[in-house]
Amino acid sequence: MTVFVIRRLMQSGLVLFVMSLIVFFGVYAIGDPIEIFISPEADQIERERAKAALGLDRPVWAQYFAFLGAAFQGDLGRSFVFNMPAITLILQRMPATLELAVSALLLGIVVGLPLGMYAGYRPNSAGAKAILAGSILGFSLPTFWVGLMLIMVFAVNLGWLPSTGRGQTATYLGITSSLFTVDGLRHLAMPALNLALFKISLIIRLARAGMRENMLMDYVRFARAKGLPMRRVVFVHVFKNILIPIVTVIGLELGSTIAFAVVTESIFAWPGMGKLIIDSIQRLDRPVIVAYLCIIVFMFIVINLVVDILYSVLDPRVRLSEAKG
Amino acid sequence: MSMAPATRDPGVQTPLRRFVADFAESHVAMAGLAVFALVLGAALLAPLLSPQNPYDLNQLDIMDGRQPPMTKSMEGFVFWLGSDDQGRDMLSAIFYGLRTSLGVGAMSAVGALAIGMAAGLLAAYFGGRVESVVMRIVDIQLSFPSILVALILLAVLGQGTWKIILALICVQWAYYARTVRGTALVERRKEYIEAARCLALGHRRIVFRHLLPNCLPPLIVVVTVQVAQEATLSFLGIGLPITEPSLGLLIANGFEYLLSGKYWISFFPGVALLVTIVSINLVGDQLRDVLNPRLQK
Repeated sequence: MTVFVIRRLMQSGLVLFVMSLIVFFGVYAIGDPIEIFISPEADQIERERAKAALGLDRPVWAQYFAFLGAAFQGDLGRSFVFNMPAITLILQRMPATLELAVSALLLGIVVGLPLGMYAGYRPNSAGAKAILAGSILGFSLPTFWVGLMLIMVFAVNLGWLPSTGRGQTATYLGITSSLFTVDGLRHLAMPALNLALFKISLIIRLARAGMRENMLMDYVRFARAKGLPMRRVVFVHVFKNILIPIVTVIGLELGSTIAFAVVTESIFAWPGMGKLIIDSIQRLDRPVIVAYLCIIVFMFIVINLVVDILYSVLDPRVRLSEAKG
Repeated sequence: MSMAPATRDPGVQTPLRRFVADFAESHVAMAGLAVFALVLGAALLAPLLSPQNPYDLNQLDIMDGRQPPMTKSMEGFVFWLGSDDQGRDMLSAIFYGLRTSLGVGAMSAVGALAIGMAAGLLAAYFGGRVESVVMRIVDIQLSFPSILVALILLAVLGQGTWKIILALICVQWAYYARTVRGTALVERRKEYIEAARCLALGHRRIVFRHLLPNCLPPLIVVVTVQVAQEATLSFLGIGLPITEPSLGLLIANGFEYLLSGKYWISFFPGVALLVTIVSINLVGDQLRDVLNPRLQK
């Protein structure tokens, strides 16, 4: 167990290091940010001064080591555009993204689980077929396209919901979120649904497959023979067994939901980290790009590590095959 | 009676004929194929079909900007689907956009398939050290969502047609490698591979002639994924350059006008994208079922 954890930790560290190398040197190669911040009329001396102020006059590797050293102290550079620490900028935007991602996941469960269970319970009914067709569409339609249609229908044509930005926020139990105000919820509805669409489809599939599989099991027949009503068998016995794969997948999906929020945030101008990174790539705001990628890669490495360790605790077979490989 | 007609007797089953018959069994798939053929035709024949060349600035008239569908242009032809802010006919722009989208999708799918399949097959067939190295790389890459990998690569590489093709290949190869390895691991233990080994056939022949065809079916739907992903990245403004507008870029360009009710600049390219993706999906699903030896009657 300890060997397994140490190996995973070392691997995570290596991945993080390689990522920081690729990102830093790659981003450095894109273009010269100095061209953007200095007026074309500036003379050579002014340019040099600005370069020195931004630390761009040193060789790349020296900049990298300076970056690495600072990174270990929690300093990932200053944004050229906002002139504030990149990490502060990103952390400021993080709650909006987390709020969106968590709402989308919750929506995925609340909508997807009952639909999937129904589709698995009566697999040949017209309703089940419609649900399945819907989930196929949910998988194959690009998220941004659906977002566009949502805006067109609900914001432009019907005028029910606002199409851009995050609404009013309120603080409750120490958490500041737009979930606690009506205006906030109105702003959140479309982006959350848009981001949730893929999760809904996924959960429908899982719940349907689990339901169909479990309904054929002996324990269901036994429970029925014992005289338990169908309702109890489905909602207590089968439900518990369906939940196992779904909970696993939801845990894994949290990370990808945060990553895919990039698309949804761009469409609905949601002020989260995803919109920040897209804007930064377009403005060549190098420190923010590097800091965002480092933070999100770090986040993923931590999520993956936790999932792996939890797995190996829950299922010894994982650990064994790992030790063999 | 010569021999030639006899061999064309409909009763004789050739693999190709059986394949076509199996495929045609599903009306939905046939409809998908018909639609996809239309889409492909529109993309290939774009210069012939379009009323104007949307990227020849001489043919554009700023007075024609943002005309709703069915208006007559200054030049005399009709904007069936309206025009964008530059006075560009949306129908022509969509035909040209389809070209770019399908081209990028097809090229990146071929690249990703080739690399992924080679890696997966090698890992499964040889096992041992090759397998653990390849699969470790695949595992690490797959622990990050595809959009994040694409974002990192495009932030690093910058914009450009070849760059996005490269990025899409890098994003997708790992999925194919893992799928192929999974299938190949099962196939490798079957008798026909053992038989081929007993016949002392070369590694290359066993892998490519015997193992490969049996690992293909799960991989068919790849082009769809590529088209959708390219559209998403181009929509975000980090995909294709503005000089080569794909459907995703067209949609992004019209996005700002969507809120002011000029829906057609964004909506029609969106419909084109949707039709393309759904038709490829339908065809791909049926192909996968037909080519899957396990489902054959």
